[in-house]
Amino acid sequence: MSESSTTSSSTSSSTPLHLAVALDGAGWHPAAWREPHARPRELFDAAYWTDVVTEAERGLLDFVTFEDGLSLQSSHRTEPDGRTDQVRGRLDAVLIASRVAPVTRHIGLVPTAVATHTEPFHISKAIATLDYVSTGRAGLRLRVSRRRHEAEHFGRRTLPRFGPEDLDTPVVRELTAELFEEAADYIEVVRRLWDSWEDDAEVRDVATGRFIDRDKLHYIDFEGRHFSVKGPSITPRPPQGQPVVSALAHQSVPYRLVATSTDIGYITPHDTDQARTVIAEIRAAQAAAGRAAEPVHLFGDLVVFLDDEPGAAAARLERLDALAGHPYTSDAKVFSGTPAQLADLLLTWQRTGLSGFRLRPGVIGHDLEAITRGLVPELQRRGAFRRSYEADTLRGLLGLARPANRYATV
Amino acid sequence: MSAPLKQIHLAAHFPGVNNTTVWSDPEAGSHIEFSSFAHFARTAERAKFDFLFLAEGLRLREQGGKIYDLDVVGRPDTFTILTALAAVTDRLGLTGTINSTFNEPYEVARQFASLDHLSGGRAAWNVVTSWDAFTGENFRRGGFLPQDQRYSRAKEFLATATELFDSWRGDEIVADQASGTFLNDARAGAFAHQGQHFDIAGQFNVPRSPQGRPVIFQAGDSEEGREFAAAGADAIFSRYSTLKEGQAFYTDVKGRLARHGRTHDQLLILPAATFVLGDTDAEAQELARDVRRQQVSGATAIKHLEFVWNRDLSAYDPDGPLPDIDPDPGEHTIARGRAQVRMYRDPLAVAREWRELAEANKWSIRDLVIETGNRQSFIGSPATVAETINSFVQADAGDGFILVPHITPGGLDAFADTVVPLLQERGVFRTEYEGATLRDHLGLAHPGTGAHQERAAS
Repeated sequence: MSESSTTSSSTSSSTPLHLAVALDGAGWHPAAWREPHARPRELFDAAYWTDVVTEAERGLLDFVTFEDGLSLQSSHRTEPDGRTDQVRGRLDAVLIASRVAPVTRHIGLVPTAVATHTEPFHISKAIATLDYVSTGRAGLRLRVSRRRHEAEHFGRRTLPRFGPEDLDTPVVRELTAELFEEAADYIEVVRRLWDSWEDDAEVRDVATGRFIDRDKLHYIDFEGRHFSVKGPSITPRPPQGQPVVSALAHQSVPYRLVATSTDIGYITPHDTDQARTVIAEIRAAQAAAGRAAEPVHLFGDLVVFLDDEPGAAAARLERLDALAGHPYTSDAKVFSGTPAQLADLLLTWQRTGLSGFRLRPGVIGHDLEAITRGLVPELQRRGAFRRSYEADTLRGLLGLARPANRYATV
Repeated sequence: MSAPLKQIHLAAHFPGVNNTTVWSDPEAGSHIEFSSFAHFARTAERAKFDFLFLAEGLRLREQGGKIYDLDVVGRPDTFTILTALAAVTDRLGLTGTINSTFNEPYEVARQFASLDHLSGGRAAWNVVTSWDAFTGENFRRGGFLPQDQRYSRAKEFLATATELFDSWRGDEIVADQASGTFLNDARAGAFAHQGQHFDIAGQFNVPRSPQGRPVIFQAGDSEEGREFAAAGADAIFSRYSTLKEGQAFYTDVKGRLARHGRTHDQLLILPAATFVLGDTDAEAQELARDVRRQQVSGATAIKHLEFVWNRDLSAYDPDGPLPDIDPDPGEHTIARGRAQVRMYRDPLAVAREWRELAEANKWSIRDLVIETGNRQSFIGSPATVAETINSFVQADAGDGFILVPHITPGGLDAFADTVVPLLQERGVFRTEYEGATLRDHLGLAHPGTGAHQERAAS
């Protein structure tokens, strides 16, 4: 497969889009769980998640991401909100992804993990194992957490108390920079651990009695400001070599993390000008980091409410807002309209340099099917989306080559 | 009429990182590919076993400063593989070893509660307590924990995790779409724990799982380990699979329960056991000898001796006599990341005993290691093995066994097909699962809801 196809399709526009869906509870609108198809009592059952992911796979999507966090969900950016009228509680995202892996075959599975409070050694082997159980479809979406109350769940570090109005103060800016620097180290450690076994380290040499060739296992000897890790991993190098690493980014500090450390960055432009500006900043940082030649996908994030009937999605959003008691706002652009209108927008935005989109269904029970059965056929008609899965691994779907092992000597 | 027969509990241990796992056999498959785990789990479930067990290690073993290369090396992540196995099985319990030193209670409680939800109530946690700096080098906190604090941290870790599991009563989620009430309690999951090892507070974010809490297993044979298990575990692994030793351990541990206000049936004792089956007893004995030779190569025998001698013995001939130099009694530096090293608390005495044994029997180093270390627990025809297992359980040498085949992933197949039906004929092993959860299989009470009446931080 070519690294990134540039041949334009005969029927229309340009390079095929990549499409992902971000899964979170019953959907991204806080009142989503109150919709008829929401299944709010099943959010903690395996059946709900397998149904949702198999639907996404029916739509030939590249991958799904699973949101996660180490505290109850909150409408407040920095602290708990004590609300009881929205979905609260969630299962570990890595484990949801592992539970659905054996019952799906093609779709990529990208759980969220929080770098701030977890161990890179544990997450490295967990994602490697997800890659084994999904035979090459694992990814990782890394987050940092600045929330003081989340830190108090672990008791290992103390974070300052601050409110949304303090986000631009020097104290919070410094904290943010530090946590993202730590996250970059975290990704470095995770990646080194994935490479700490060469692919052919297991030799089973009956003649010498050696199960492995120990020269093909490597200490990673990472020493950083925040932690050090010896290695090697306990888990052999996963099928993809390096599962796909991704992060959501809103500002310069996280843009830099995307540029230096990830395979996919999710960004949240509200129009094409913003998209161009953000992409330029990330590409510049990527070049500055010496990664200009490495493919880094940039996906636009959008919250979507989709109905075939013109005006129906907007009316539905209004009804959901009324149930929630306030208009829905998001870091990402909130789109309501028909699948055809969304296809127009995606193809227009794609020309800014986006590889694809991560769509956040407003109501999973409604908008996920609108994506897989409405938007996808619409994009296919325009020659802008695959008609069947062309690869068995997530890297394959994304046109990313299987990386060489940094420790291997040829 | 005599007392009703005890019902046997059976579990399957995925063979792993140790020399009892034979990897050189043409039948030996992958220890990493999911298909191996799926085959093993499906066999165990077909045989109506109580659970599958997965061990853990967080640092590759070393010997003489080099990664140990003679045994199987490499394992998957415990939580990830168990949750994936929940997708290919319906009833089988899923037991994983998780270390209480290199993890934090909030995260581990979340993972077990998630596994319990995603498996419909089949999760179990084998709490282990490695503390060493060697393993700690892979983690943020390093090997900070003094050895004498490991059970203290383990106890507090388990108590804290239990507080987190109990922080949801189980009735908080109402999800009433009409009224817009998702939770009936804004303080759902509230906890506050302050102790020697953990000072944490807030709200746990996984609702109460089908079993309330995972089943708790404990492995460990020390005085502290036995007390720890008697005080709070649901099941204990032992390594005593012979009749006399099994009975002694059983009597000792069950005898500790009353002091903790617990009854005889609240703690199951499940020794790990290996087996070799043949069409006849004689054939099985011959096969068992072959397996032992495969398990202990000459190189493996020398390495095994180094666990005790704590010296480089690579110059010795495995087919020759035992070293006449004594073990180095200092801090163990040769073999790292090995539980076995800690089993030999008095290396000088072990060496003396082994030398006497070897001389009396004219054993070479390799013979000695084979004869003292790797004798299979149950060897014989299916009828013999079924009878022995049953008689051991009826004689209180255990409440059942955790079977460790010597080969992956098909090592359980013959047992499932030939021994299990015989146990079922005798009426000592289930023919169908009676319940849905692991607690049901093990006959353990559900911890109920609202085990914590007081809201910690209200």
